[in-house]
Amino acid sequence: PIRSVSVDLNNDASLLIDIPDALCERDKVKFTVHTKTTLSSFQKPEFSVPRQHEDFIWLHDTLVETEDYAGLIIPPAPPKPDFEGPREKMHKLGEGEATMTKEEYTKMKQELEAEYLAVFKKTVQVHEIFLQRLSSHPILNKDRNFQIFLEYDQDLSVRRKNAKEMFGGFFKNMVKSADEVLISGVKEVDDFFEQEKTFLLDYYSKIKDSTAKAEKMTRSHKNIADDYIRISATLNITMSFVSLQKVEGRVASDQELKLTELLRYYMRDIQAAKDLLYRRARALADYENSNKALDKARLKSKDIPQAEEHQQQCLQKFDKLSESGKKELTSFKGRRVVAFRKNLIEMAELEIKHAKVRSSIQLYYICFIMCTNELQYAWGICKILCEQI
Amino acid sequence: MADAARDPQQDDTGLLELEDGEDLFPEPGPGPALEESGPASLTTEDLSTNANGPKQASLFDDDPDDLFAEATEEVSLDSPDRDVLLSDGPSPAITPMTPPTSVITPRIGHAHDDMFTHSSFDEIEEEDGGDSFDIHISVSDPEKVGDGMNAYMAYKVTTKTSMSLFKLREFSVRRRFSDFLGLHSKLASKYLHIGYIVPPAPEKSIVGMTKVKVGKEDQSSNEFVEKRRSALERYLMRTVKHPILLKDPDVLQFLESSELPRAVSTQALSSAGLLRMVNKAADAVNKMTIKMNESDAWFEEKQQHFENLDVQLRKLHASVESLVLHRKELSMNMASFAKSAAMLGNSEDHTALSRALSQLAEVEEKIDQLQQDQANADFYFLSELLGDYVRLITAVKGVFDQRMKTWQKWQDSQMMLQKKREAEAKLQFNNKPDKLQQAKDEIKEEIEELEMKVQQGERDFEQISKTIRKEVGRFEKERVKDFKSTVIQYLETLLQTQQQMIKYWEAFLPEAKAIS
Repeated sequence: PIRSVSVDLNNDASLLIDIPDALCERDKVKFTVHTKTTLSSFQKPEFSVPRQHEDFIWLHDTLVETEDYAGLIIPPAPPKPDFEGPREKMHKLGEGEATMTKEEYTKMKQELEAEYLAVFKKTVQVHEIFLQRLSSHPILNKDRNFQIFLEYDQDLSVRRKNAKEMFGGFFKNMVKSADEVLISGVKEVDDFFEQEKTFLLDYYSKIKDSTAKAEKMTRSHKNIADDYIRISATLNITMSFVSLQKVEGRVASDQELKLTELLRYYMRDIQAAKDLLYRRARALADYENSNKALDKARLKSKDIPQAEEHQQQCLQKFDKLSESGKKELTSFKGRRVVAFRKNLIEMAELEIKHAKVRSSIQLYYICFIMCTNELQYAWGICKILCEQI
Repeated sequence: MADAARDPQQDDTGLLELEDGEDLFPEPGPGPALEESGPASLTTEDLSTNANGPKQASLFDDDPDDLFAEATEEVSLDSPDRDVLLSDGPSPAITPMTPPTSVITPRIGHAHDDMFTHSSFDEIEEEDGGDSFDIHISVSDPEKVGDGMNAYMAYKVTTKTSMSLFKLREFSVRRRFSDFLGLHSKLASKYLHIGYIVPPAPEKSIVGMTKVKVGKEDQSSNEFVEKRRSALERYLMRTVKHPILLKDPDVLQFLESSELPRAVSTQALSSAGLLRMVNKAADAVNKMTIKMNESDAWFEEKQQHFENLDVQLRKLHASVESLVLHRKELSMNMASFAKSAAMLGNSEDHTALSRALSQLAEVEEKIDQLQQDQANADFYFLSELLGDYVRLITAVKGVFDQRMKTWQKWQDSQMMLQKKREAEAKLQFNNKPDKLQQAKDEIKEEIEELEMKVQQGERDFEQISKTIRKEVGRFEKERVKDFKSTVIQYLETLLQTQQQMIKYWEAFLPEAKAIS
């Protein structure tokens, strides 16, 4: 099964992570995080723990808040599981049950259940990718909290509360709009970062726009599929293995969704890259401020050693961030290109495959309608055509 | 594929079981093997032994209220079209047929000459006078005549026919919308009350026409004119397909004569129009108060059938209108996404990926165009057909109402007769002997008149019942034909869309693979 929007992350045998199953209870999703490892830093070679979405967020936030990782692109946190869409539709369906035939109701219910399942699968996937990004990162995969997340067999909620008290969400609560101003405002000394800055800011706004438009397309496809369900229900088309709806095709569940997912994921990833640029820009600003402070101290002939030391620290921090940042951003570009390539190919192949299936089914219908007496011929034609796929 | 045909035993899906040596899809060559084996070896018994068969076979239920039921045309095994169908396959779904010539403005009732029409479908009617039904009418070339609020659209009505009914084989006239309404009005007044299903004319639209009159040359008024043109064409074809209406002098005059007296009483807001509305309302009230003793189960059954059909069609119509809307939305969203993807491609600094994203944008734009065309097909094929039939069913129900009215008239006459007879009996006890004979004579005359009226009423009722039976049979056959051919045309548009989509994506694939 095609799973990740990123490249194959889970192929280093020293630390393999996956989410083999998950449970959905009302609003809460409980993920089973399964780890297989050869590393001695873990207590057991294989183990599973239950985790909630909030645990993932805790892990992400602690990584973001860790100074040592300021020069890294922290993989974007998985979005909260959102069953609102299908749930609302299910509710509306229940309300409208009296106005539709049993046929129609059953079909629409099946469709909604499939939608629900798709959302569920997607959220599992997205949480899994987050962990796999961490496990494949040479620095992050050694993080202590990461290990706790994987291994600690008790409820993490206590730790989560403590973390909130410690940081108070300081970093995250800072006005994000300050990012853009700071990044653009700082005088860049390095060509590489100048280019990256320009590129990432522009690309982010474009990909955000594309993601939104792709989502709209997906919704339209879903609406059309629902219309076909109603139409086929009214026409009493009760075939078990093919429906009029497939004549139009559940495009929304495959191809377009893949594209939308790709765009959405990289939009968030680019945000994470921008965050790195922000931290570096802040470090540069700090360094510049420390220079000014040093000049002031020399002028006043007061506290010069402290000022010098502070300036050195700022410079070191800035250099470290720049060096690490350069590596991260370069590999990020490579990763992005590979992921786009993989997903665009898969999407095109799915489009072609599904269009062929739909062609066959449409052809079948044509034959069938023409030969309503001659069922056996239509069946034969259909069978042959389906084998084409 | 040929292998699959030769090995029907490897039927893992359990769809079909064929006898040994049966070759369902012979190699193209000296005629299909089917003709030789005959139908006996491929009877429905084979299917019924198959667990999956019958369930899947109930694609179109034998439900009498099913849109595709009612008429089962026999297609002979020797029919040439059958051979074409079978020996032209089995080729992959990719290139099976020539696509229909026009997707944007399809014409219903158009002589459908691609290989999916069975000629045997056409030879249904017993023909009067030995003249086979061969007439084709097209409505074209809408032209605005005049200016301002007095302006109107004139359409060219072209008739092509070999029937002896007409003076020429091909001729055209110019008609305006009110002419069509006038024709319908005349036909309705002549034939409705004796039980003929007169096809309803397209609906008036004050809003739509005003836009056109005022001279707005925008897309919506063009669409309106095209929609109307198509509706007028379908209306005429349906009218001439009726063997009785075709011969009506008003119809012939409409098609043939270059000048037509202006039908004034069809104006939407005229006094005649208002009178019609009032009459319609009165009719509705009357219908509710007539309680007919239905002695004929056929009529009861049929009325129920048409009630169900009405409900089904209206539902379907609503769903299809929703489909058209959503597809237009999809098209808009696709176009918008295509632009966004193009911008993303421009922004991308990796050359090959940038190129691929631009290509993606182009593909989405092309597919958007396809979706627009498809939306038109959704509309013209499905939505308009369903709308037509919702109105047609109303006309059918109207004919049943006429029968009730006829029955009522007959009953009223009978009641009057009864009263007169009672009055006659009472006369005996009138004690004015000189006036008695005169009164007796008068009443006898009245009774004789009423007796004739009653007999006529009964005859009328029997006649209209007979006519309706025939009409309903004809209507149902025509309906199934109409639906079948339209749905096939529609599916062909879907198929064509898919073929195109395959082409576009197959062209894109190498671009995606070229990203390094």
